[in-house]
Amino acid sequence: MNLMKDRFLLIIFACVVLAAPLIFAPTGAAYPDLLQRFAIYGIFAIGFNILFGLTGYLSFGHAAFLGVGSYSAVWMFKLLSMNIVPALLLSIVVAGVFSLLIGYVSLRRSGIYFSILTLALAQMSYNLAYSVLTPLTNGETGLQLRLDDARVLDAAGDAGSLPSTNFFGLEMKEVFWNPTVFGYDLQFNWGYYVCAILLIASFWISIRIFRSPFGLMLRAVKTNQTRLNYTGISSRPYTLAAFVISGMFAGLAGGLLASMDPLAGAERMQWTVGGEVVLMVVLGGMGTLIGPILGAVFIKYFENIFSKINDGVLHGWFAIMPEWLDNAMVVIISPFVGKGWHLTLGALFMLVVIFLPGGLVDGAKRIGRVITGANRRAAKVGIE
Amino acid sequence: MDAILLQILNGIDKGSAYALIALGLTLIFGTLGVVNFAHGALFMIGAFVAVTMGKVLEISKITLDPVKTDFLGNPAKIKTPYVTEWFGNFGFWMIEWSVLVSVIVAIPVMILIGIIMERGLIKHFYNRPHADQILVTFGLAIVLQEIIKAVYGANPIPQSAPDLLKGSVDFGMMIGMAENSVIYPLWRLVYFCFSVLIIGGVFAFLRFTTFGMVVRAGMADRETVGLLGINIDKRFTIMFGVAAAVAGLAGVMYTPINPPNYHMGMDFLVLSFVVVVVGGMGSLPGAVAAGFLLGILESFASMPEAKEYIITALEWVYLDFDFILTFIKGLDQIVIYLVAVLVLLVRPRGLMGKAGMMEE
Repeated sequence: MNLMKDRFLLIIFACVVLAAPLIFAPTGAAYPDLLQRFAIYGIFAIGFNILFGLTGYLSFGHAAFLGVGSYSAVWMFKLLSMNIVPALLLSIVVAGVFSLLIGYVSLRRSGIYFSILTLALAQMSYNLAYSVLTPLTNGETGLQLRLDDARVLDAAGDAGSLPSTNFFGLEMKEVFWNPTVFGYDLQFNWGYYVCAILLIASFWISIRIFRSPFGLMLRAVKTNQTRLNYTGISSRPYTLAAFVISGMFAGLAGGLLASMDPLAGAERMQWTVGGEVVLMVVLGGMGTLIGPILGAVFIKYFENIFSKINDGVLHGWFAIMPEWLDNAMVVIISPFVGKGWHLTLGALFMLVVIFLPGGLVDGAKRIGRVITGANRRAAKVGIE
Repeated sequence: MDAILLQILNGIDKGSAYALIALGLTLIFGTLGVVNFAHGALFMIGAFVAVTMGKVLEISKITLDPVKTDFLGNPAKIKTPYVTEWFGNFGFWMIEWSVLVSVIVAIPVMILIGIIMERGLIKHFYNRPHADQILVTFGLAIVLQEIIKAVYGANPIPQSAPDLLKGSVDFGMMIGMAENSVIYPLWRLVYFCFSVLIIGGVFAFLRFTTFGMVVRAGMADRETVGLLGINIDKRFTIMFGVAAAVAGLAGVMYTPINPPNYHMGMDFLVLSFVVVVVGGMGSLPGAVAAGFLLGILESFASMPEAKEYIITALEWVYLDFDFILTFIKGLDQIVIYLVAVLVLLVRPRGLMGKAGMMEE
């Protein structure tokens, strides 16, 4: 029964993800760049949820793995080939090894210590990438492709312009189908579909982990670690495994970011990025399957919308009001939009933590319960 | 010798800031059991209290000069700050010493902010998991930081120290060394003395007053103190205000050293956490000692001679690979974190912490 439900959920999820260029068209978010970001941060959040949602270990340092993934992918583009497959593989492996190191150190402590340690180690990685390891990361400028890179596997025929990333010849930037449906200009892009397939795969892995004995063990760590230890089980191998898995997801996301746009900079490792993925998971609903993806889409979508609003747009909205009210509304709202998006994000985040600790999924569940009363199944779709 | 002394001095001003912030963090943590991710934001708000006071004191009445004209032929404008008009010479003194005025203003403001924070937000999180406490204070830190950014802009705003305390002092000569051997900015010395004063004040307050005794008792066993009929919650709230004031004052006095910007709080917060962990969670002397130690260590790591010593040592044991040498060159950027990792691996409870503190 559970298995059937999971399959149903996966199929629905796959359909939505694959049809996203069509579904998001009315919201104005259906251009490849934003859709790719939805999927990539969705993968990042899914991975983070495996650690935070299941074990309750709150890491502020996952941006480091994202950055490491990006750097290794760009190095692969520089040295080996513009094909994204070796780049993604390397970014997963490097991020995995890196998270094994960091996890080994920081998982020696739990609770608050763990959060602080991951935060400190991430900040250290940022400093390393920003200045210390400049030969490897190109420091402040960031790592970029150059015409005279080796690219051993690629035929040396593309002199003159930088080659673009591809998946066995399918170029990531290319829009392969550009129909007009209901007056909307739809763009189907190879890059998005690579991200989408990987997102679906990640989602499937996440379902498998949630349902496995391993996932059950991780939940036991969250519920009562002391008790688990008293039954003679060492919890550290399990938490370390969860940490490495989530680090590999972050590495994959970083590699994908670099595959879509082949450059990597230290700002990707800043701990605010690590904070953002925490926001995504908490906002969507930690410990739920679909929550992290919802959170990622929600944050990236509204980031996109809000940063476009400026005072002119606001005046347009309130044009029907008397002028003094119009001006007052603009003064009140303008710090929250445009460049002030982070203020909205912070405030929203506080509100969610205070009033809705279960996140959007929990909120939907509650609303569903209020509306339908008896019919709870509809609201429970997507919740473990 | 003087090079070593200079590095110690270079380290203590940052060390003082770390120590003050870590002291506040530990106070809040020891009393209320909450890890306050918004503590860096309080440090930053303190700095911006100084910025605001500087601006407020310079609000001027504009009068037209009867004699002079500017290049367009209009009468030139004369700015007279209101405070000088009201208080005369004392007003000029206030503008000159605006940092000191800000210190006096910042104490009640920061205590108030702290109490509002505790009563309005953190109070509701005592029975929630630690993750929730971290998350909500983290959100609060973002909000405070972004509000400051919206009001004051993203660029650093330079503040100046009073003329009397500007410039450098020949510290070497003061302690009987050769002339010009150790030249040190005067304000940093003031900052160090100020922080020692504050730290001493907090310790004396906890040690020698009845209020402090009750607070210490509450830190040891909150329930029993409550059962004795003492309103411990109220005292802990005030301690939160005190911790906020300590962070705020650290921020006010830091403004002449480093122009405040909206993300200075976050920059210091991460390091202060490391300081708290190294010092031992919940230990006040540990936090202070680790703050100064790590500040000085950071300064030593940036010393070219120290790097050369390490490189020579590595050559001795045939470990002078290029890769390791790159790390050594940037040692000052990462040394604090390395020490934190080392401390946690070797002595997980920190320098002076109790074992098993906050392990859940």
